[in-house]
Amino acid sequence: MSESCKTELRREKVNRLVNIAPSRLDLETVRQKLASARGKHYWRSLEELAEQPDFQELLHREFPRQASEWTDEVSRRNFLKLMSASLAFAGLTACTRQPTEHIVPYVRQPEETIPGKPLLFASAMPFGGHAFPVLVKSDMGRPIKVEGNPDHPAGNLGTDLFAQASLLDMYDPDRSQAVTVLGDVSTWGKFLESLQGPLVSQKPLKGAGIRFLTERSTSPTLASQMRAVLLAFPEAKWHQYEPVNRDNSRGGAQMAFGEDVAAQHRLENADIIVSLDANFLSSTENPQFLRNAAEFGRRRKADLKEKINRLYVVESTPTITGAKADHRLPLRAFEIEQFARALMAQISGGGGDTRFGNFLSALAKDLTAHRGSSVVIAGETQPPVVHALAHAMNDALGNAGRTVVYTDSVEVSPEGFRGCVDSLQDLNNDIQAGKVDLLMILGGNPVFDAPADLNFNENNQQLMKVPLRVHVGLYQNETSNICQWHVNQAHYLESWSDARTFDGTPTIIQPLIDPLYSGRTMHEVLTAFSNQPGLTSYDLLRAYWQGQHPGDFENFWRKSLHDGFVPGMGLQPRQVTLRSRDFPATSARSAGSGIEIVFRPDENIYDGRFANNGWLQELPKPLTKLTWDNAAVMGLNLAQKLDVVSEDLVEIELRGRKLKLPVWIEAGVPDQSVTVQLGYGRTHAGRVAQGAGVNTYRLRLSDAMQFASGAKLGKVDGHYQLAATHHHHNMEGRALVRAATVKEFEENPRFAHQELEEPSPGETLYFNYDYSKGYQWGMAIDTGSCIGCNTCVVACQAENNIPVVGKFEVTRGREMHWLRVDRYYTGTYENPKTHFQPVPCMQCEQAPCEVVCPVAATVHSTEGLNDMVYNRCVGTRYCSNNCPYKVRRFNFFLYSDYDTPVKKLMNNPDVTVRSRGVMEKCTYCIQRITRARITAEKEFVGAQHAYREIEDGEVKTACQQSCPADAIVFGNINDRNSRVSKLKAQPYNYSLLADLNTRPRTTYLAEVMNTNDELTGPDLMKEVENKVVTQEKEG
Amino acid sequence: MVPQGPTETLRETAMQADDPVLAPGHNFVTITEKVIAIPLRRGTPLWWIGVFAIAFGIMNVMLLVIAYLFIKGVGIWGVNIPVGWGFAIVNFVWWIGIGHAGTLISAILLLLKQSWRNSINRFAEAMTIFAVMCAALFPVLHTGRPWLAAYWLFPIPLTMGVWPQFRSPLIWDVFAISTYFTVSVLFWFMGLIPDLASMRDNARTTLVQRIYGMLAMGWRGSARHWKRYETAYLVLAGLSTPLVLSVHTVVSFDFAASLLPGWHTTIFPPYFVAGAIYSGFAMVLVLAIPLRALYGVEDMITMRHLDNAAKVMFATGLIVAYGYFMEFYMAHYSGNPWEIFMMTNRSNPSVGPYAPAYWALIATNIAIPQLLWLRRVRRTPWMLFLVSCVILVGMWLERFVIVITSLHRDFLPSSWGFYIPTRYDWAVFIGTLGLFTSFFFLFLRLMPMIPAFEVKTLLPEAKVHK
Repeated sequence: MSESCKTELRREKVNRLVNIAPSRLDLETVRQKLASARGKHYWRSLEELAEQPDFQELLHREFPRQASEWTDEVSRRNFLKLMSASLAFAGLTACTRQPTEHIVPYVRQPEETIPGKPLLFASAMPFGGHAFPVLVKSDMGRPIKVEGNPDHPAGNLGTDLFAQASLLDMYDPDRSQAVTVLGDVSTWGKFLESLQGPLVSQKPLKGAGIRFLTERSTSPTLASQMRAVLLAFPEAKWHQYEPVNRDNSRGGAQMAFGEDVAAQHRLENADIIVSLDANFLSSTENPQFLRNAAEFGRRRKADLKEKINRLYVVESTPTITGAKADHRLPLRAFEIEQFARALMAQISGGGGDTRFGNFLSALAKDLTAHRGSSVVIAGETQPPVVHALAHAMNDALGNAGRTVVYTDSVEVSPEGFRGCVDSLQDLNNDIQAGKVDLLMILGGNPVFDAPADLNFNENNQQLMKVPLRVHVGLYQNETSNICQWHVNQAHYLESWSDARTFDGTPTIIQPLIDPLYSGRTMHEVLTAFSNQPGLTSYDLLRAYWQGQHPGDFENFWRKSLHDGFVPGMGLQPRQVTLRSRDFPATSARSAGSGIEIVFRPDENIYDGRFANNGWLQELPKPLTKLTWDNAAVMGLNLAQKLDVVSEDLVEIELRGRKLKLPVWIEAGVPDQSVTVQLGYGRTHAGRVAQGAGVNTYRLRLSDAMQFASGAKLGKVDGHYQLAATHHHHNMEGRALVRAATVKEFEENPRFAHQELEEPSPGETLYFNYDYSKGYQWGMAIDTGSCIGCNTCVVACQAENNIPVVGKFEVTRGREMHWLRVDRYYTGTYENPKTHFQPVPCMQCEQAPCEVVCPVAATVHSTEGLNDMVYNRCVGTRYCSNNCPYKVRRFNFFLYSDYDTPVKKLMNNPDVTVRSRGVMEKCTYCIQRITRARITAEKEFVGAQHAYREIEDGEVKTACQQSCPADAIVFGNINDRNSRVSKLKAQPYNYSLLADLNTRPRTTYLAEVMNTNDELTGPDLMKEVENKVVTQEKEG
Repeated sequence: MVPQGPTETLRETAMQADDPVLAPGHNFVTITEKVIAIPLRRGTPLWWIGVFAIAFGIMNVMLLVIAYLFIKGVGIWGVNIPVGWGFAIVNFVWWIGIGHAGTLISAILLLLKQSWRNSINRFAEAMTIFAVMCAALFPVLHTGRPWLAAYWLFPIPLTMGVWPQFRSPLIWDVFAISTYFTVSVLFWFMGLIPDLASMRDNARTTLVQRIYGMLAMGWRGSARHWKRYETAYLVLAGLSTPLVLSVHTVVSFDFAASLLPGWHTTIFPPYFVAGAIYSGFAMVLVLAIPLRALYGVEDMITMRHLDNAAKVMFATGLIVAYGYFMEFYMAHYSGNPWEIFMMTNRSNPSVGPYAPAYWALIATNIAIPQLLWLRRVRRTPWMLFLVSCVILVGMWLERFVIVITSLHRDFLPSSWGFYIPTRYDWAVFIGTLGLFTSFFFLFLRLMPMIPAFEVKTLLPEAKVHK
């Protein structure tokens, strides 16, 4: 007899004993019923239950012995009424009772944990295999902000935008949250179990059927693990694929030196920098980004302490590097090899090449005049031969060892260097041959981003026949969609790991939080193959480093962990010898015919991995200012030829493959060339990525990964709305950004103040504040150093809990960024000079916003800040109307995420999360100022009988701290010795819209360019014509 | 009554002979009978039911949209950054402007002894009150948090000790408009009392009698009552007169006190007041012309009224035209690049996307009203009606041009934007037209729309005692 039958019988007996009719419900079943329900359902079931007649009866008979046989008619009824009512109410009112929470002190206080006081932990973000050193701010165990690691040898200023935005990735509720098999939730244990069978059967075959497909990596621990695995399974193969990679520069080095070496550029020593399509100021292309930006930024300061460098950029699509160029030559990508050869010839004494006007000869002359202090950098999108030519030129100019040094390659590869495409091709060949039984895809998303002709997707029948396919990744994506098993990977902020920076410094990645969704690291996945079950990545990491440093390990380990890197283990420069100066030409397949398509990793979402990151999706791209989409970016001539304007649709046909894309017309794109960004059009990504952009990987072929000639474009019907935040190209004759050449600057150091009416400070109808006492905060932004990389914008968003509003709201002009980077052009439309101007709140001393607020919700502080009182704001938006800089942002709807629990963990607890109907704007990171003030005021200086003053540099705003180029300086302008005061005293310091007498606290340092007299530089006084580029917005 | 000199009386009588403000044939009894009959005797005409139903329906749609606005937020409208103010403020200024004619007619024309005002002041004042009500909706609704805006803008002592910020023109608005509304309501109600008493005395059922009786506040028409009434009415007229000028002056400060090119203009106060009267008279005519026909009161609202109102309207219209010209002139004369660009952006279709609105404004507010030079146009009701409608559209466009074109392109081209009204913008705008019409129709149905006792003073009999 079953257990339930027994219970039933027993109940009947009891019922008979007390002489009541059996009820279908008793308290036990009610409890069980309720126990099985959860959350909302629970409350609903309780209500449903209260309505049920059975339950009513149960209530009636709660005390059956007494209740039903109560003798006194009236009082029994009353008693029952009372009882049932109170019981029912007890049950129902429980709906609003909060769960009991016990507040107890720590039994063992975690080290250094003081509630409300954030701690910083050194770690690194692995990106494209390389480490980007970071410090992560942790508040009560929650990582809330990523900063640069100021001690790291590979770059000690700021971060890049991806590091800033990686925080949002960690808290992304759309991340994969469980191990799944065929889409159903499973467990890690079951996954390991399922691997056992294949592994046992592979053992005698020496793993001949096992294939690993990873991304590029520099992790020493992973490398040693892979080596161990390949030792155990000698026939297994390790492939690497990344859609955006460093293969061309590695190939170029192979070609030039016959060795797998990497070039490190020392821009600080370079007076002349030549970029051959190299976007070396962007982390999308260059792992040396942090150091490049810092060194470049330092050499572009108008204080002339160091000689301003001169940057020549030859490029196939406008980039931020091109934007900083003193001389820029737009060429189609395939022409750049010709240019490089011609330049090489000129340097070696040849001449008379007139294909590139006097640009080439002037450049060659300039280079030869700067032997040993110049550098030629080739771009990752250029074929290896251009890199080899760059090496040869650097060699010829005697730059090697001065502005460029060579080290071993830092990337960890399977034996022998093989390019990503070739490696994937090898894998695909094995799959086609049916050799693969177990495919481990460790990270990456090859189904989405593999070259289209490899057909590495669900249509690939052989691939779908691989008996066991496993994907490990942060997200359930296109690749996990074709694999049986998916293992949810832990985010780097949740993982123990290591990686190397570009200079080879090993950098420890330590977790800031336990994996939110019990994710696993690659190291843990690999333990399944090396028979080390149960080992955590921490064990593995420690074990590896213990092996490397057997001596005083504990101290070494603690120090490395604390500092975030292992000192003294950077790669040493080495001697290389150039094998030749003459390199075979690339087989330019139909080069030059038709229209050229240039593939570029997206400035925001890179190769597509950040597609579900709202901060990045909504970030205006540095030049096009587009958000949420990619486009076919083309110049005006081509657009006119095709009879299209921005937001029209074109169909690109490339070797039989067709793709429809919206057009975006941009200044400075070479004629007959179209740039498309990669990474958009994800089909299996999260909610944020849904519907954003078009998948341009579908045009990318294995023999034309960077650019392809011979495309045909045709206008097709339709219109696609793009969300740009900046529609105007020019300044309408307004001196908003001010630039001059070194010569002009030396002749007239006050060039930034020419022909401008600057009213006297006292001229106002309103009250003049006294700014002579106490801290007076101010900011100076160096437009010469600013490289327009957008890191500050994301940093501001992370620091200040700025919400994401979505594409539709951006099209309506409602983006919420407190800090934006304005972009203006001067010169010609075909080849303009681009100017960047970060615009935060100006914190005007005579703030026009303050006097018009009817409720005093924006008021002036004694420290000169223009404070926003969110609680008081009623949202008339008058302040924004009266703000000449339009830096105020309004919560037209409830933009802040009040509902997603995991996102609440991410918010900076020092900053209010704004509700609907409230105006907000840059506060100069007032929370950071306050924290510094508290710290300072705790320190009583006895001798002065006063609190310690906040020192210069003690407060850094989020934008300043993140800036890799040191373009933003913040401090106390009442302190004559502060950095910001000194900068503001410079003649090239100017206020934006000074004639309005708003007296902004944020001022700009004019850009000084170092143009070559032999070349006509961009005409800084002439603005680009304002071409009609959109059909709707501007009428 | 206001004492009048013998020469004036003579002139007036002479003028009345060929172009009367009250058609001949009336006496004290007929006037009361005719005015009282509309709410008390004639019943509800079919056209009234039809128009009211439509207007009431539209008003209810608006209420639904307002509910949605409260639930979702002000983002359902087309406002954005840089265009922080959209239709709401355009409509606000427009309605406030319309609300000027009533008080001007009742107070200023009273003080100026323009006795022709007597037959049109009542409904003009009602129009004022309803227009101000429509206007007052917008500044509250357009805020991000109306539930707070509705009282934080008033100087109510709160425990937090925070006062409004008195430098803000929006606070001045609050005072100006609430004062104006209060005085207008008082003035209107004061003027109604003698006629409400007539209604009471002529009521046929007890309920109606009681209601009007309560509203008449015990008016018996004694000489003492009349004396006090006249004094109080004059005092209120005196109070209202500066308000007519101040309200729109203050509203214009919302713009003039800012630093935005296109807003920051000293000419705004007079130009706004003129514009307000311009649109106010246009609305009076738009209401009067059909009403006099539908209710058959051409004998009380005569051609002379239409002609006079058209003349006032046209005169203020010319001031407005002068204002436009001065804006254009000053922008260029000043040499201020911001101002010059603002004018170019406003008026040059190849530069500014809103230039068509500007030229439509010039057409409707300056060009077409030139027809009013013609006596025939002023004296042909349908023509005058059409011109008045055009002026109303023109004045709305004027505010659109001022608010939106100035905002959408200001100082930094990087932050330039565009404003496209959404269906919710339109719903609330059209909804206020429904609200206005509904309230106005209720007024027509329930109250004497022509001040019978004041019209009686126009009768020759009334002049006996002078």
